[in-house]
Amino acid sequence: MHFTSYLQDSRLTVLLTGEIDHHCAKTYITAINSKIEAYSPGMCVLDFSGVTFMDSSGIAVVINALRTMNASGGTLAVSSPQKQVMKVFRASGIDKLIKIEEEVS
Amino acid sequence: MKFENAMTLEFPSKSANECFARSAVACFAAQMDPTLEELGDIRTAVSEAVTNCIVHAYPEGLGLITIRCRILKDNVLDIVIKDKGVGIENVEQARTPMFTTGGVERSGMGFTIMETFMTTFAVNSKSGVGTTVHMRRKLQRRK
Repeated sequence: MHFTSYLQDSRLTVLLTGEIDHHCAKTYITAINSKIEAYSPGMCVLDFSGVTFMDSSGIAVVINALRTMNASGGTLAVSSPQKQVMKVFRASGIDKLIKIEEEVS
Repeated sequence: MKFENAMTLEFPSKSANECFARSAVACFAAQMDPTLEELGDIRTAVSEAVTNCIVHAYPEGLGLITIRCRILKDNVLDIVIKDKGVGIENVEQARTPMFTTGGVERSGMGFTIMETFMTTFAVNSKSGVGTTVHMRRKLQRRK
């Protein structure tokens, strides 16, 4: 898994890759938190386009990032989830809590 | 024989086996010619059930997890995931969305996901004896 990120106009985008399950969720949570702490963005976007599988541990990853951004007064969004990942977001209802930018095809 | 094919897997409750378990079940299900979406649903539900065993069943160390898969008539995949751990004290509470006794990496959505992604879902648990999750998924026959 890689955690490439870029900052533009106070908007931090973190590119996530690989499969997110309980085994590696803590690594994702820690990496995202340290990026947010390092850049203090007004908005953080978790780009899920490179995530090929996710179970409900991925929901915990998003919720932890949301808590970190809320604590600093910022906002969180998710972008470009693949079909299986989007299905998990919908089943959990998290798509009602945060903005999900789906890829236009 | 009441099933068309079957397999059984047994492995220790190590989190590294979550990926192995869902991939193994997906490989077995591949002979049913599932769609990508069906395969994704099965992998997700298996990942949730196995993770529950790993996180909750054996708090004092490692124990065994057993998965039995059968292909039944009418293109139905039958999956039983079993542990001999501490059991769930209150199954109804455990099935409540967002309820978790796990760490920060758990969301409390595991049972909700399993119920949503599979055709049938049942959980049977006894304190001190273990937990069995029984799920079925009917796959569409492709022309």
